[in-house]
Amino acid sequence: MSFAFMLAYVIQRVIQSALVLLVVGLVAFSMFRFVGDPVDNMLGQERTQADIDRLRTQLGLDQPFPVQYVKFLSGAAQGNFGVSYRQGRPVSEILVQRAPATLELAAVSGFLAITIGIGLGVFTAIRRNGFTANAIMSLSLIGVSLPTFLIGILLIYLFSVELGWLPSFGRGETVQIGWWSTGFLTESGLKALILPSITLGLYQMTLIMRLVRSEMLEVLRQDYIRFARARGLRDRAVNFRHALKNTLVPVITVTGLQLGSIIAFAIITETVFQWPGVGLLFINAIQFVDIPVMAAYLMLISVMFVGINLIVDLLYFAIDPRLRADRTKAH
Amino acid sequence: MSEPILSIRNLTVEIPTRQGILRPVNGVSYDIGRGEILGVVGESGAGKSMAGNAVIGLLSPPARIAEGEIHVNGARIDQLKGDAMRRLRGKEIGMVFQDPLTSLNPLLRIGDQLTETILAHLPLSRSQAEERAVQALDEVGIPGAAERVNSYPHEFSGGMRQRVVIALALCAEPSLIIADEPTTALDVSVQAQIIALLKQLCRNRGTAVMLITHDMGVIAEAADRVAVMYAGKLVELGPVREVLTTPRHPYTDGLMGSTPLASRGKDRLHQIPGAMPRLDSLPQGCAFHPRCPYAQAQCKADPAPKLNEGEGAACWFPLPHATKVA
Amino acid sequence: MTDSPLPVKDPSRLSLWWQSDFMYAFKRSPVAISSFCVAALLVLAAVCAPLIATHDPFDPATLNLMNGFSAPMTPNAFTGETFWLGTDDQGRDVFSTILYGLRISLFVGAAAVLFAMVLGITLGLLAGYVGGWTETIIMRVADVQLTFPAILVAMLIFGIAKGITPVEYRDQMAIWVLIIAIGLSDWVQFARVVRGATLVEKNKEYVQAARLIGRTSPAIMLKHILPNVLSPVLVIATISLALAIIAEATLSFLGVGAPPTQPSLGTLIRIGQGFLFSGEWWILLFPAVTLLTLALSVNLLGDWLRDALNPRLR
Repeated sequence: MSFAFMLAYVIQRVIQSALVLLVVGLVAFSMFRFVGDPVDNMLGQERTQADIDRLRTQLGLDQPFPVQYVKFLSGAAQGNFGVSYRQGRPVSEILVQRAPATLELAAVSGFLAITIGIGLGVFTAIRRNGFTANAIMSLSLIGVSLPTFLIGILLIYLFSVELGWLPSFGRGETVQIGWWSTGFLTESGLKALILPSITLGLYQMTLIMRLVRSEMLEVLRQDYIRFARARGLRDRAVNFRHALKNTLVPVITVTGLQLGSIIAFAIITETVFQWPGVGLLFINAIQFVDIPVMAAYLMLISVMFVGINLIVDLLYFAIDPRLRADRTKAH
Repeated sequence: MSEPILSIRNLTVEIPTRQGILRPVNGVSYDIGRGEILGVVGESGAGKSMAGNAVIGLLSPPARIAEGEIHVNGARIDQLKGDAMRRLRGKEIGMVFQDPLTSLNPLLRIGDQLTETILAHLPLSRSQAEERAVQALDEVGIPGAAERVNSYPHEFSGGMRQRVVIALALCAEPSLIIADEPTTALDVSVQAQIIALLKQLCRNRGTAVMLITHDMGVIAEAADRVAVMYAGKLVELGPVREVLTTPRHPYTDGLMGSTPLASRGKDRLHQIPGAMPRLDSLPQGCAFHPRCPYAQAQCKADPAPKLNEGEGAACWFPLPHATKVA
Repeated sequence: MTDSPLPVKDPSRLSLWWQSDFMYAFKRSPVAISSFCVAALLVLAAVCAPLIATHDPFDPATLNLMNGFSAPMTPNAFTGETFWLGTDDQGRDVFSTILYGLRISLFVGAAAVLFAMVLGITLGLLAGYVGGWTETIIMRVADVQLTFPAILVAMLIFGIAKGITPVEYRDQMAIWVLIIAIGLSDWVQFARVVRGATLVEKNKEYVQAARLIGRTSPAIMLKHILPNVLSPVLVIATISLALAIIAEATLSFLGVGAPPTQPSLGTLIRIGQGFLFSGEWWILLFPAVTLLTLALSVNLLGDWLRDALNPRLR
């Protein structure tokens, strides 16, 4: 019973996600098709009408709009996003080359944001009148108003310019494993990761921390927490086994969305630290109006966002047994 | 009577506020013996739950015990702090809350909630504790206990959940149970079952019970003795039969008059005029005098006589001798 | 709710407003007063920039390259001139560039919020009042847009707009494109709140009555429903202003915002970052501090407004 329910739910969510992707695909395609003339962009100054016509046919621009859209989508689904106006290389090739840098940065930042954010959130909720907890809360308020790029510059000034401990730009040495280039395996690669991942993770960390704190305070007021204490459970068991687990249900949604924004906010961090990832690629694409790269980035990040949303929904099932149950029973 | 399981002497709980100090529990004393069920009655806000919370050490700040002593099995516990107090909770003193829908953690299997409680107090291995959890569920009358330990709280009905709560409160075999309105949130048809279960379990094990309720019917059915509270003070204490049939405090009398009891025949229901005063605006003299049909000049001037250790009523002119004024 | 538009003759409206609960709360909150004063001071400085500034830093005629890289409060080695906050590589007075940058930042921020507000209120009223397909489409678009961070949406819109604009106009149009991009990324909040309030208000008796006496729908929406949603809109607008200022600074810092010919605080920080390693810290620090002060004061003011008007946001 409950499996059938879950399956129906998942199918419904997948269909919704697909619709969102179709809409985003339409936006991306419209950009591709109508912003600037692709033919203009691809042919140089010395072009003849014959060249133009040939290219139009070659690109399928003479076909009706819906046909072009379907072709664009099926191309995108196979990872074919056309050729970068600026670099003259297939966009997919550039993306594959740049993706590891962004994903490694986002993974480390996300990890920092979640672990430290949840930890500090729990701490400030349990010791809610303590001096340290109040100090952390005040600091976090400043952290929320501080633009990400200023945090990055501040860190560079402190640790690169003044102290000279850490590099201020780039990924350091990377090791190539197949098509994936990793900075995890060299000392300079790891050192180069520190400042950017702190910069990128800090904002999400404060958000997660404040959310965990307020949710946890709410949960700590519940009867089952009082009952757990009345049964003589240790504080650690009450706070973590009972309170934290219930806190996590709402926290997961927001955290999931935050992880999506980490990929988007990576644009800023990558610019500050000249990190050779997808975000820096996107910013350069905007500066030079490199439409295929912009469209591809949009598609890619949408797939990621929609995927994360879907995973978040499924995680609910894993954590909350009430959702797993057949809805017709109880309540 | 042998040494009581619970002994409260002159217990006073204070809450400091901007307007001054409130005393939701004010100089209360009573004992509960082995296997005895003491019913604590009173309107909401009379301080009955607050007294229970003080005993189990779960007063939420800024409320605190300001005066008095609490002894459990002869040992003084009101000054215990932190881990020492925690060890007593569940082990010596169990507690049953009002609403079984909210007192179980929705995300943990009930078997896990039982096992963690057992392991926190008894020197057992995990598998022994799990066996014991099944046994505890079985004792509170949950059919198919061996399978039901793997269920989540939402898979039980309200009455069944309250049985689980009772199993949780009793699983480390405490000598005292504080049951705070254990039947209020339940369907009427289930209330009697839960009371009967509580009564039977405690009789068999010799557990002392502090049964907090505002329902005189529950008291009549389950309690051995009754303690009546009004505005933080104990106003009457005595064996259940005596208090119910021949109440001595006018407030108890009023409570009885406003409760439909089969034993009292077909008299009309009465109500006590007015409402219990707020703790920050207690009247001079006896706190009950503005609502008391028998109040005299002395009641307005002097605080009611203290009811210490012994039984009786904290009243200048206890019934049946008092004469109705106006 | 703030003061009501009742026709009061005496005492005057001003004194009535001065004695309102709202002003009472304001007068008692040091955070509100100080952040309001700081924000007002910055706005004043931006408006009066041409009067306060020592020279127009973007008029090449007033520049003296010899004045370049003067440290704050230190006489220049060549010309002996002293600049409060120093000069940049071109000899521009940093104090003056900040005043002019503040102007651009505030203008873009305020215009973007205004744009978002008008768009959001219109669409919100429409969605709430008309309902049906109009509502479904508007709110669906809002949902999809909310899935993406505002800054990303703004970047995309900026990129597309830049693509549409002819190359020779790009720098001139940049400020307006920026306003539209940030505004479009921020309308959803307004629309959601206004739609929610409209749904509640449209079934109330006074709206029914207005309909009965034959008022047209646009008149009902503007005269009867809109005044009810003004206080939450005010709160969102203030918080949005802080966000818009930061968004503008971020975009300009990334090089996809205000052009170097019309630099905002973000552009100044972008320029200043280049001099961090060579030790000319003041070119970066002062614009950064100004931006921070501005964002923080508007943010605190918005937070306080939310608590004071308590329109049950969140």
